[in-house]
Formats: sequence, C-alpha cells, structure tokens
Amino acid sequence: MDSLQKAIAALHEADAEAARRSTGDRMHPAARLVVCGGFLAATMSFGKYDLSGVLGMSLYLIVTAVWEDISLRKGFWRLKYLLLPLLLLCAANLLYDRYVVFCIGSLPVTGGMLSAAVLLAKGTFTMYAAYFLILSMGIDRLCMTFRRMGAPEGMVTVLLLTYRYLIVLLKETQRMVQAYALRSAGKKGVHMSAWGSFAGMLLLRSMDRAGDVYDSMLLRGYNGAFPCEEGQKRAGKGRNILYAAVWLGVFLILRSVPVFHLVGGLLCGQI
Amino acid sequence: MNAVEIKHLTFSYDGGKEVLSDLQFSVGRAESVGLIGANGAGKSTLLKILVGLLTGYKGLVEVGGLSVEKKHLRQVRAKTGYVFQDSESQLFLSTVYEDVAFGPRNYGYRAEEVERRVIGALRQVHIESLQDRLIYRMSGGEKKLASIATILSLTPKIVLLDEPSVALDPRNRKNLIQVIREIESTKIIASHDLDMIWDTCERTIFLSEGRIVKDGRTEEILTDEKLLAGNGLELPLSLSRRGGVLRH
Repeated sequence: MDSLQKAIAALHEADAEAARRSTGDRMHPAARLVVCGGFLAATMSFGKYDLSGVLGMSLYLIVTAVWEDISLRKGFWRLKYLLLPLLLLCAANLLYDRYVVFCIGSLPVTGGMLSAAVLLAKGTFTMYAAYFLILSMGIDRLCMTFRRMGAPEGMVTVLLLTYRYLIVLLKETQRMVQAYALRSAGKKGVHMSAWGSFAGMLLLRSMDRAGDVYDSMLLRGYNGAFPCEEGQKRAGKGRNILYAAVWLGVFLILRSVPVFHLVGGLLCGQI
Repeated sequence: MNAVEIKHLTFSYDGGKEVLSDLQFSVGRAESVGLIGANGAGKSTLLKILVGLLTGYKGLVEVGGLSVEKKHLRQVRAKTGYVFQDSESQLFLSTVYEDVAFGPRNYGYRAEEVERRVIGALRQVHIESLQDRLIYRMSGGEKKLASIATILSLTPKIVLLDEPSVALDPRNRKNLIQVIREIESTKIIASHDLDMIWDTCERTIFLSEGRIVKDGRTEEILTDEKLLAGNGLELPLSLSRRGGVLRH
C-alpha cells in the first residue's frame, strides 16, 4: 500500500470510527465542544517557558483516551503528517533563543530548548484535542454543533466541504500518480518538468469530482443547512452541565496551581 | 398527469453548439424508459436537466407536474432520485448506513423513520448485510447497489439512472438488472448497454446528436439494425448472437 493509499484509508477509518462512536455517544456535542474550547484556551495561555504547566494539561487527554478507549498511538500515526511541520517549527526556536536558563548537571538548558518543548507540547495537545473531538462526534455532528452554537453557516459549510474535498483530492492524486508511475519507466516520483501540468490537471480533476460530490449532496436534500434532528437519545442536561463544569474546573486548577511543582515538592519532601 | 413532460427542450453549454435540440416527449407513471444513443448524444445532459443540475434550457421541463426551475428544485428533487454514473461521486460518507441515511436526515425525518427507510432501501437492493461496511472497501458492484439505495431511501417517484451497468462484471450486472426491475417507480435509464435496456425497459427513446430519432417500444428499436448502425450503435449482443434481427 503506498503512502497516499494509507492516508486515504486512515481518513476513511477515522471517519468510520467517528460514526461508530457517535452512535453510542450519550454526551451532548455542545458539552464536548465547550470542554474542548476550554482545554485549548487554557493550554494556549501558558507562558513560553512554562513546560510543567503545559504538561499538566495532558491529564485531560490521558483521562479522555482511557475513558473513551481511544488509542493515543493510533492517533499519533494518523496525526504524524501534521506533527512533522510542527516539529520543524519548534526546532527553529533552538536557533533564536540561546540564553541558558538552568543546567542539568553540566548540560545547559537554553530558553530555546524550553520554548521549543512548550510549543511542541501545545501543538501536539491541540491536535490531539481536535482529533478526540472529531473522533467522538464525526465531522457532520461537529459542523451541526457549530451551527447550533451560532457559527456562520458559510464558515461551517466551508469546513465540511474542505474535509470532503481533502478525500477527493487525495484520491485524484493517487490515480494520477499511479497513471504517471505506470508510464514513467520505473523512475521514482513525478519529474519536475511535469509538475506544472500535473498540478493543473489535479486541480481541475479534483474540482470536477468535488462538484459531482456536492451535486450528489444537493440532490439528496442538502441545502447548506444542517439537520437539527440529533437522531439519538442523549444524556440529561444535568449530566452534560456536570461534565463541562468538572472539566472546566480542572483546567482552571491546572492553570492557576503549579500542580507539577507541588507534586515534585511532595515527592522530594520539600513540602 | 405524466411523471415527466418535456416540450421543445433545447440546451447548449455556455451558448455553444446545441447539445439537445427541440426534444419533445412525456413519460407516464411507473413507466420504464431506456435512453440510448452514442457518446455525446445528450443522454446524461438530459438526465441532469431533469433534476435541475443543469439550468438555462429553453422549452418546458416538468417533473411530477412541477416545472424544473429554481423555485421548485427542492420539491422536484424530493420526487426524483438520480444515480450518478460513477458511484464514487454518489457515495461520500464512511459507511453504507451513514450514506443511505444522509438524504432522509436532510429531509428532517426522525431517527426511527430514518432507520426504517435505510433498512428498507438496503433490503430493496439486497445488501442489508452490508450496512456497516466501510464504503472504500466495497467492490464496484456493491457500491453501485449502495448508490441506488441512497436514493431509494427517499422513496422517489421517479428514478434516473446514468449508465448503471458500466464497469460491472456479468454477475453484478445481472444482479443490478434484477434490482432495477424490482423498483416500482417511474424509471429513466440512460445507457449504452442495450442488453440491459432490453431487460429493464418496455419503451426506448433513441437520441442522436441531441435529437430524438426514434421513440417507441424497446423491442422495435433494439431489433432495427439499420437504425442503430446509422446512429452509432450496434445490435444488442444477445440479439446479434441469435440473429433475431429486423432487416430492411
């Protein structure tokens, strides 16, 4: 299986997993969205050297992964293409901030190292949080929830169609790359001289296909508005509020109390 | 009232050469009509006009008593199911169930009704056991049947099929023909597969370069070797083997 085929399969499998989880999910999507929003806001608000603070936020991801039986390792493989550019971005910090903050034995730890680690943690946690959200709700329910919470219809439609277009684009790329490879006498990749026409054709073909998919949606009653019928019984209002309140409380504590410092102090007998 | 009424229909893409010229015909309720013609004859264009995917035509096009224009599109599409030639365009969700449920959910049916419709549609095309199957892991034949189920879940009065048997192996093709025969709605089937048209349609409309060259009983048209050859088609394989030909 080539890498494009793997990417397409991964997207489809994530979609199917979301459909399965979504069917059994008793939590209201809005509660999930509020918790995810709270998590992102709290994670992003930590200072650029506050590594222990940011790492504390992993509590939410670990608890959610265990509670909802989501594999963090599988998630890592699915997110690896997004994590790679993040890693490169973080590496740039090492070059710019060389001020030594402290030393571990004889090893100096620079501000760049710390801020790179913080940025990496923030980016990774954000991606995981979004991944968990999509996995527990599916893109359709996620968009529907955005709409119900008052997000502009145009924005939500673009989000949904971009997701659908991504799959169409990958499939068209795979077809074209395969057709090219079969006639390229065993040469690897697409030769630079063909890049321009390849990209142009890919754009035209994928737009054409995306147009057909959109027509198919229109013909089955889609008019840009998301159906509000949830289709399944959700947990009571109280349980949803409790779920959101508990997590937002936890985020507040993690943000305002240096939990890792306290735990470290306790373990070292300093408190 | 006829299921489809077309009078003086003329259409061209972006004001270019006429793809359809002065078409005139009607299709009665529960009638099964084959639409045949060589490549570029205008078959797919005509089907797309019937569901309002192509607009800007001249003449009258009515589906279920409603003219196909912007203000009636939702009602027209609620009455009409269109199956794309390429199943990949029709199926865009992850599992068969989700895709078949997409239409009923959009029309605001309650969860129990959505489920009833999905199961009913899948049963109609004999793939109820595939409801949880990931679409990208299905064969071409299964995808085609799932595509048909996506429109049957909306219980359309009129079913339009664009080249339904293309790229199917003999067994899947046979299966598909059986499924099409069992659909009780009005059917318009555009296809080059004349054997399939023979098996599924009692009436055939023969298009050539955007004009109707013959409209009549399938048996009469598909056995007319001279008519077929003169307009870029050949006798159905099953007939040419048997030699059951109407010669001029």
